[in-house]
Amino acid sequence: MRALNRKLLRDLATLKGQAAAIAMVIASGVMTLMIAVTTLDALTLTQQRFYEDFHFADVFADLTRAPEGVGERLRAIPGVNRVETRVKASVRLEVPGFDEPVRGLLLSIPDGREPLLNQLYLREGRLPDPGRADEVAVSDAFAEAHGLRAGDPVLAIIRGRLTTLRVSGTVLSPEHVYQIAPTDLLPDYRRYGILWMNRRALASAYGMEGAFNNVALSLEAGGSEAEVIAHVDRILARYGGIGAHGRDDQHSHRFLHEELKQLRAQAVILPTIFMLVSAFLLNVVLSRIIRNQREQVAVLKAFGYRNLDIALHYGMLTGLIVALGSALGIGLGLWAGSGLAVIYTEYFRFPELSFRLQAWVILLSVGVAAGAAMLGTLRAVWGAVQLPPAEGMRPEPPARFRKGWLERSALRHWLDQPARIILRNVGRHPLKSSLSVVGIAMSLGLLVMGAYQLNAVDHMIDTQYRQVMRMDLHLTFSDPTPARVQSELRHLPGVLAVETYRAVPVRLLAGHREYRTSVLGMDERPYLRQLLDGQQRPQRLPPEGLLLTDYLAQDLGLRIGDRVRLEVQEGHRQTVTVPLVGVVDEPLGVGAYMWRPAVNRLMREGPAVNGAWLLIDEQREAALFDRLWDLPGVASVGMISESERNIREYMADTILMFALVFVLLATSIAFAVVYNNARIAFAERSRELATLQVLGYSRGEVSWILVGEILLLTLAALPVGWLIGTGFAWALNQAFSVDMFRVPLVLTPGAYGFATAVVLAASVAAVALVVRRLHRLDKVSVLKAVE
Amino acid sequence: MAADAAKQAEGSRNREVVFETRGLTKTYLMGEVEIHALQGVDLDLYAGELVVMLGASGSGKSTLLNIMGGLDTATSGSVRYRDQDLTHASEKALTLFRRDHVGFVFQFYNLIASLTARENVAIVTEISRDPMPPEEALALVGLKERLDHFPAQLSGGEQQRVAIARAIAKQPAVLLCDEPTGALDSKTGIQVLEALKHINEEMQTTVAIITHNEVIGEMADRVIRLRDGRVEDIHEHERRREPGELRW
Repeated sequence: MRALNRKLLRDLATLKGQAAAIAMVIASGVMTLMIAVTTLDALTLTQQRFYEDFHFADVFADLTRAPEGVGERLRAIPGVNRVETRVKASVRLEVPGFDEPVRGLLLSIPDGREPLLNQLYLREGRLPDPGRADEVAVSDAFAEAHGLRAGDPVLAIIRGRLTTLRVSGTVLSPEHVYQIAPTDLLPDYRRYGILWMNRRALASAYGMEGAFNNVALSLEAGGSEAEVIAHVDRILARYGGIGAHGRDDQHSHRFLHEELKQLRAQAVILPTIFMLVSAFLLNVVLSRIIRNQREQVAVLKAFGYRNLDIALHYGMLTGLIVALGSALGIGLGLWAGSGLAVIYTEYFRFPELSFRLQAWVILLSVGVAAGAAMLGTLRAVWGAVQLPPAEGMRPEPPARFRKGWLERSALRHWLDQPARIILRNVGRHPLKSSLSVVGIAMSLGLLVMGAYQLNAVDHMIDTQYRQVMRMDLHLTFSDPTPARVQSELRHLPGVLAVETYRAVPVRLLAGHREYRTSVLGMDERPYLRQLLDGQQRPQRLPPEGLLLTDYLAQDLGLRIGDRVRLEVQEGHRQTVTVPLVGVVDEPLGVGAYMWRPAVNRLMREGPAVNGAWLLIDEQREAALFDRLWDLPGVASVGMISESERNIREYMADTILMFALVFVLLATSIAFAVVYNNARIAFAERSRELATLQVLGYSRGEVSWILVGEILLLTLAALPVGWLIGTGFAWALNQAFSVDMFRVPLVLTPGAYGFATAVVLAASVAAVALVVRRLHRLDKVSVLKAVE
Repeated sequence: MAADAAKQAEGSRNREVVFETRGLTKTYLMGEVEIHALQGVDLDLYAGELVVMLGASGSGKSTLLNIMGGLDTATSGSVRYRDQDLTHASEKALTLFRRDHVGFVFQFYNLIASLTARENVAIVTEISRDPMPPEEALALVGLKERLDHFPAQLSGGEQQRVAIARAIAKQPAVLLCDEPTGALDSKTGIQVLEALKHINEEMQTTVAIITHNEVIGEMADRVIRLRDGRVEDIHEHERRREPGELRW
């Protein structure tokens, strides 16, 4: 090995603490980038393959009922490739051994064969036998949740009639990669199941013989989705069509799309932060080494080493640290990636989700890390290259010191010599001191951001389930029902309070933007389902006008007072223009709200409702469920506590898990930064400190000079760090706002307190380590040695 | 000054000039102070001679050595090495010049602490055109037993001899030594001087030693005195004394 390379390795060995800390930060950056890109790549690719191989439809439409012949007219629409008419039924299910209400979706498939569109991937067993009316294929998630195997029974109430169905096999569908019940935000495989049944059997059970109530279409290459949708709507209008839509408004696809959007944000933000920190640390460390070795650099140059050799030498030192960090990051990425794969397969049901590590992802991650490192060390290496050899041979001129403003102020009488040394050390290199402050502040900021995620998710769920959703049960009815059902429900056992609503599917249009949702017609002052304003106060619904979730209003570019076009997607399909009269602050989901009588007027109907919220006495829950099962009009019963539990689990699996890892990493970074600073301060002052000890200062007094400096820098960094953390949290909040949830920008004093405590603890630990070194310092040899 | 020039002219008749400086000046900033290190130096150095440059600190001797060695450039005037003009040489050319022709020995040895004696020499031989093996160079300075010791494990004299081995290993035409005994006691200093004399005689290397120790001048072919950035006097010895005869 060349002597210069040996020097490199031995330099690295003396730096091992600092190098390890920096490598850890680089590893974090490489890991987060790798995971995000690999996951993004895996999801995108798997989605694409599944969609293509199993013919995921492009356009979807629900309607009340149309004779089968209408299918031919749809097929004739220009731009349409395939058409699959279906019977679709929302049912209530009962699984032996599971007491709680289960919602189900029954979809027809052609007798004994795969449909043309949205084909099924058979995981186990077989498709329903064309000769048997009671067989169903069930979604594998539902089967898994209940331990269902081929031949097991499932009870279904179809149009009020209890039917026993038999499982023929378990399947996956490109239409239901993300399986959630219509009013839910998260999958609940135990309480929501999707079942596929032979067309003839389902049609006869649901009263749809020779007719269909749902259709899926695929487009020819080059076919216009908008034109086909308009065409489909015209044809289906008289059959109770509620508006066709493309993939963008298809539930499962939309969630997948949002997930990919989040991953893309993740792939940029977190690695950027880690890489910036590593660049910063490398800059500090390498500048120090090069300053320390200026005579060595000069000697090498004196003996004829070229500038390029010197640059390569220090470049390789950086390169080794980057290589170490990258190797660690790749290992961590592989480990965490396979863990993430498990989580993703839980939420997204694909035939297989292959997390393969691709060379280009590794190259990209390492490349970004190396790029950041180069950016961080360029200045220091350039300094070594520029150093004229003769100047390097001369001792460095004594640093220029000045009296700072503090020393000129009235405080000067209070400052002893050590205090003056501290102040002048800090003041001598304002740039270096401010870099130290920025470094500590950055790690503090990262901690604030981690703590913010942990706190804010809790706050978000608390707001949703303590303040917004105050009901225990959520009922939906199969058809609009007279409003007097409220008093009937009120008299069921264990019911403490009831509120009803009328939900109507609508399309909201503002300028060129549109959004499909349901408008909820509610009581004037809803109590069980609150509409909060920006100050978290409940709002009342005015007789006219519309309220929107603030995120949705923003998305549509609407401000209070603006008018918005509202197209009803069922019944007479009226289009009206209503003013936006208020926005609702809610962290989960998005919605549109009106006074119920206004919705009834819009639908040209009497006082009708199609859903209810119940507050119940938990003691009598079982008795209540028995009675609910007997009510024919009830399509589904949802338990709010279950949704809350689900969303908490989901958050714990994804965001919180991530935040926890993040806080751990941020803690290690905080320590790395503070320790680095302390170590460098020690190295630079050791001669001075040894001299002071020789002159008769005690160890404590000498230590104070070092401790005081670190303390001063740390204290100065606190407010800066709080500010940086607030900025990081804001950036994360912006990037992670999606339809499904918006983590509110709530920064509690606890978050700042926690972050500050961690940084202070890191400072104490770093100071302790350095002071120990100081006590072991050999005063005489330090004084003899030539710097 | 006229006498000096005449002497130099006489010497140059039968000796080959290695270095030639004319009207050399150098001004630089040290902290906030401007230093006029050289104020017009005319000097020739001859092939194979051992010269000692004497002068108090601040007389400009180190600056002169640095400029001749291609470590530094002059503010004005000219400096030539054989037929190569160093005055306006590019940094790249100076780097090659140092790599191929010059060996340096410094007062504080400037060894790389993380490398052993052998490696400290190897770091130079690895980039040289026709070096001797590091072991041989170390043997020349009497250190063949301490090849694998780190600088911290060597005495000052030994460290300086490693530095000399490092300087001569590439078989340079000139050896420039800046206070090579400055940090050593007299006994160790004499060992180092013996090593330098040995190199000068064995390899016909031109050796220039900078010192403020008058005694060392007695072992030189010529003694050049510098004062306030100028050549004050040049004295030629008929007979060089052995380093072992010197006392200080």
